[in-house]
Amino acid sequence: MAKTLEEINEKIRRGEVVVVTAEEMIEIVREKGAKEAARTVDVVTTGTFGAMCSSGAMMNLGHAKPRIKLGGGQVTLNGVPAYAGLAAVDIYLGASALPESDPRNAVYPGEFRYGGGHVIEDLVAGKEVLLEATTYGTDCYPRRQISTFITLEEMNEAYLFNPRNGYQNYNVAVNRSKRTIYTYMGTLQADLGSANYSSAGQLSPLFNDPYYRAAGIGTRLFLAGGVGYVVWQGTQHSPGTKRSDNGIPLGGAGTLAVIGDMKQMDTRYLRGASFRGYGTSLMIGLGLPIPVLDEEVAAQTGISDDDILAPIVDYSGAYPNREPEVLGHVSYAQLKSGSIEVAGKTVPATPLSSYPRAREIAETLKEWISAGKFELTAPVAPIPGAESGQVMKPMPDRPPTAGLE
Amino acid sequence: MEVTHRIVLRFPPAVSGKPIVYRLVRDFDLVFNILKATIGLEDQGLMVMEITGEEANYRKATDYLSKQGVRLQPLHQDISKDDDLCTDCGACVGVCPSEALRIERPSMKVVLDPDSCVACGECITACPVRAMKLTF
Repeated sequence: MAKTLEEINEKIRRGEVVVVTAEEMIEIVREKGAKEAARTVDVVTTGTFGAMCSSGAMMNLGHAKPRIKLGGGQVTLNGVPAYAGLAAVDIYLGASALPESDPRNAVYPGEFRYGGGHVIEDLVAGKEVLLEATTYGTDCYPRRQISTFITLEEMNEAYLFNPRNGYQNYNVAVNRSKRTIYTYMGTLQADLGSANYSSAGQLSPLFNDPYYRAAGIGTRLFLAGGVGYVVWQGTQHSPGTKRSDNGIPLGGAGTLAVIGDMKQMDTRYLRGASFRGYGTSLMIGLGLPIPVLDEEVAAQTGISDDDILAPIVDYSGAYPNREPEVLGHVSYAQLKSGSIEVAGKTVPATPLSSYPRAREIAETLKEWISAGKFELTAPVAPIPGAESGQVMKPMPDRPPTAGLE
Repeated sequence: MEVTHRIVLRFPPAVSGKPIVYRLVRDFDLVFNILKATIGLEDQGLMVMEITGEEANYRKATDYLSKQGVRLQPLHQDISKDDDLCTDCGACVGVCPSEALRIERPSMKVVLDPDSCVACGECITACPVRAMKLTF
């Protein structure tokens, strides 16, 4: 009883498409079975909202009069440095960039009140930001300095280009040391005093598309309130991560690189974030629509929190030292109940990614599709799958000392 | 004149092991009700209590506590959550010592119960989007 993507899009155009969220799909598959669910449901929408540090904005600022060549110079937006190693007025601002004046962790734990993610939020909110640049002059670009306010509207192109979003599974962070630690997984209490996790679980895009049938290069999706696209596998894409019998990876696995027009975005789904003692980031809302082409897709999108396991990792030892030690696995159902067992101790579990907002994103995408405003796309090319065996590689540590002696 | 005050007591690590609170009864004739008591981050003790007694005795008792190194703060409902800024991520819930911030189920939304809040301020810096505010 297979369907084609074109048949589904035709139903969208005729207003006859049946769209449900990944949460609603759980019940449908439970009640009717995957075969019947595949026949009645056309599209399943997913959602996730959380901090994704590997995010940033590519911007073309327009040309000054007289012209200035920012490429090779120094550029800041509201004091936050942007990358300017491109053409004259193209810059890239990453979510975790910090002003030179930020004390970082010199006063520990640092607050990291304002960084790249916040500049991006301010731009999307329509605020003026201060562009300051110094550079060298050339015959064709004589100007050496500029200081001007600029808005998103005044830029030519401005799009998020996020090298890694939508991690398929993630660690549950705990702290076995004797002191509070401050991590990108939030503040972790000493002596296994807290466990923080960061995935929407059953609503999360790649848990519902475990083998990347829906998500491939060119796939259209919801990105921070606007329409975006998958452009590549994300950095650290590790489809070869060990999986459970149900196909769900037992730790961080697939990732997506995504792109989308900032001028369509909404700060409800895009927020600058400060992690005490760690740095700044950007909270992003992402929603992947999954065409229910056959029974297999129906079964996969029917996955629930009980079926998804996450690894527990000690962020005071194993994680910083890049040791492979895992303290066990827990299901997202256990995590969402508010407490888990670690080494015989009951530990309070709290999320770092917003499930209510993930739900809202899946609902919004469902409305867009039902209203005929959003059609699905087939990937132009697949991203590496589980069969590739590809896993993340570590960094070499091969200093040049021998050659310098 | 008899008065009732709700106060937050913070015991530095050196003091948190000493018997101090019982003297409120013995030496100052006060009645107290402990609303919350925790040994929190870095062995700092935190206690929220409601104290009832003669106003003069209450003043003497608070002077005594201050001299012992206990930091006192009147308990107001002075932490607030800006619901427009809050993303319901949950980062504050894990650092809240009094369970005033918790996840409501099944909605998974973050809620603040002002009656349980001890105004310790942990959530203010733990919130990634600065949605928690201290107001006086």
